[in-house]
Amino acid sequence: MSVTHDARIQVRAAVPTAQRPIVHGWPDINNPAAWIVAAILLIMPLIANGFFLIEIFATTLILGTIALSLMFLAGYAGMVSLMQLTIAGFAAYMVAVFGVSGNANISLGWPWWLAVPMALTLATIFGTLGGALAVRTEGIYTIMITLAIGAAFYYFTNQNWAIFNGHTGINNVSTPHFWGVDWRWDIPFYYVVLAVAAICYFAVDYISRAPFGLALQGVRDNPRRMAALGFNVNAHRVAAYAVASFIAGLAGVLQVWNYRQISPGSVSVGACIDILIIAVVGGITRPIGPYIGALVFVLLRTFALDFLVKIGLDGNRFRLLIGLGFLAIVFWSSDGVIGLWQRWRQSQRPRSDRPGGGRGHG
Amino acid sequence: MDSVAQRLSAVGAGAALELRGVTRLFGALAALTDVTITVRPGERRAVLGSNGAGKTTLFNCITGDFPPTSGTIRFFGEDVTHFPPYERIRRGLRRTYQISALFPGLTVQDNVYLACRGVSRGRFSFLRPGQNDALMHAADSLVQAVHLTAVKDQRVAELAHGQQRQLEIALALAGAPRFVLFDEPAAGLSPTERAELVEILTSLPAHIGYIIIEHDMDVALRVVESVTMMHNGRIFKEGVPEEIQSDPEVQELYLGGGHE
Repeated sequence: MSVTHDARIQVRAAVPTAQRPIVHGWPDINNPAAWIVAAILLIMPLIANGFFLIEIFATTLILGTIALSLMFLAGYAGMVSLMQLTIAGFAAYMVAVFGVSGNANISLGWPWWLAVPMALTLATIFGTLGGALAVRTEGIYTIMITLAIGAAFYYFTNQNWAIFNGHTGINNVSTPHFWGVDWRWDIPFYYVVLAVAAICYFAVDYISRAPFGLALQGVRDNPRRMAALGFNVNAHRVAAYAVASFIAGLAGVLQVWNYRQISPGSVSVGACIDILIIAVVGGITRPIGPYIGALVFVLLRTFALDFLVKIGLDGNRFRLLIGLGFLAIVFWSSDGVIGLWQRWRQSQRPRSDRPGGGRGHG
Repeated sequence: MDSVAQRLSAVGAGAALELRGVTRLFGALAALTDVTITVRPGERRAVLGSNGAGKTTLFNCITGDFPPTSGTIRFFGEDVTHFPPYERIRRGLRRTYQISALFPGLTVQDNVYLACRGVSRGRFSFLRPGQNDALMHAADSLVQAVHLTAVKDQRVAELAHGQQRQLEIALALAGAPRFVLFDEPAAGLSPTERAELVEILTSLPAHIGYIIIEHDMDVALRVVESVTMMHNGRIFKEGVPEEIQSDPEVQELYLGGGHE
């Protein structure tokens, strides 16, 4: 036995690797549940009316994608950022400012196919700069800095009239029309949102097994050792913010098209924290978690009101239910709903079947 | 042969590692005081000394985990005193940690793959490694070399202590190391595992030099050709293993004098 001295020589001494799946296929290709979910999502317009399609499912996918960007940072790189909604909101504002809206004195009137890339670029730069500040800190201080950026942006949009139109925000933002389709009609818009969410989901899942994603997980587990293996840890962290900002920016574009308006209320500190709650409730170890969390959140937000009124409480107390649910979940499962699900699945199967790692897709 | 190398190292040229007057203060405490060491390429040296002698601080200064307060560090002639750790690693320096510093959430294979990737290009690659990825094969060979092939798809958090120590060594041997710092690699290993460790160290290619911190004399003195004794942050004595072992002062301080 010898430890050879050089990677080039080790290549020739390699053991057969056929038994190990180096290249993982699409994550859930062997999972029937995933196929069923995908099929339901695709035929959703046949089973759901406009209200469910947009207010429940499209909204879930948009919020889920913002929370996915947080999951990417927190789950893989170990950085909890509270500014992901702020980045989405910034992209939404930029679409309104560069594109066409009811506020002609502010909007520049660019077509959507110019306004959207501009908005995404600026949102990515904004998030990357914020990240470059945040990576100088760790743990609770990262949370504080990103929360401060979120709070500063909220108050800035409230008070700036030249670009952000103060507390009234920007209204009647126009949405894309081409190929004879108004892409904000319920069904086309649902598919646009589904496509963007699916691309982001699969991209995050794919990157998690690529060198960049593995390096982030190394940074999460032991930044000092990563430096001692030749990695520039802070460069990786800033790059992670860039990727997460782009994802959040995409969701922000969808959000402004969804509501056709953007105002400071959409980028409030409370809304920033909602994203954290969504991600934690769903589970931050896997990309599917944020979407599950978003579905729980949207369902509660939409229906808890009726339920609370029915039992004689103020409908605005839906946050009470969300808060109780949040407490229950972090109390019983540090890995959110997917953690509970996984544990239930494992209790259903014989011991020998259990996956060795925590990264299988179930 | 040796005399030429020694003469070269005496003037500093051609040294793998050269420390001049390295001092490291932690507040008022001097963890290292005026340490000057020259190590030839391929030389294998043990650093001995009681707890608190400054051995690990010495490693931290060499790798840049903590920069020295004063003094210069040269690695193969290049002044790396102010380089960040990753720049030193990319130049062929490696280290292991006294307390395993691994990535518990990743598999054994991914740990080693990261080590291989860290000293090559494509650290930011968004593309998954393919079937014939050279670094994947390099990682396979390293995993095999430290006898971890059977557990390579297990998460590191699930490994036994001895296996983690072996992985710790594998991470330090990725790529093309030129000089390795081993910080108590035998800590907590069973006698069988110690024998395997000695085998791994003695079978390293001749051009890879190392410094090893090790309390177990059976391990330390079997795998080195020179010894540096440290005491209270200073170099106390240098010599070949036999000299050090028979030196009365050394015996009093360290070998026979009991541990602090």
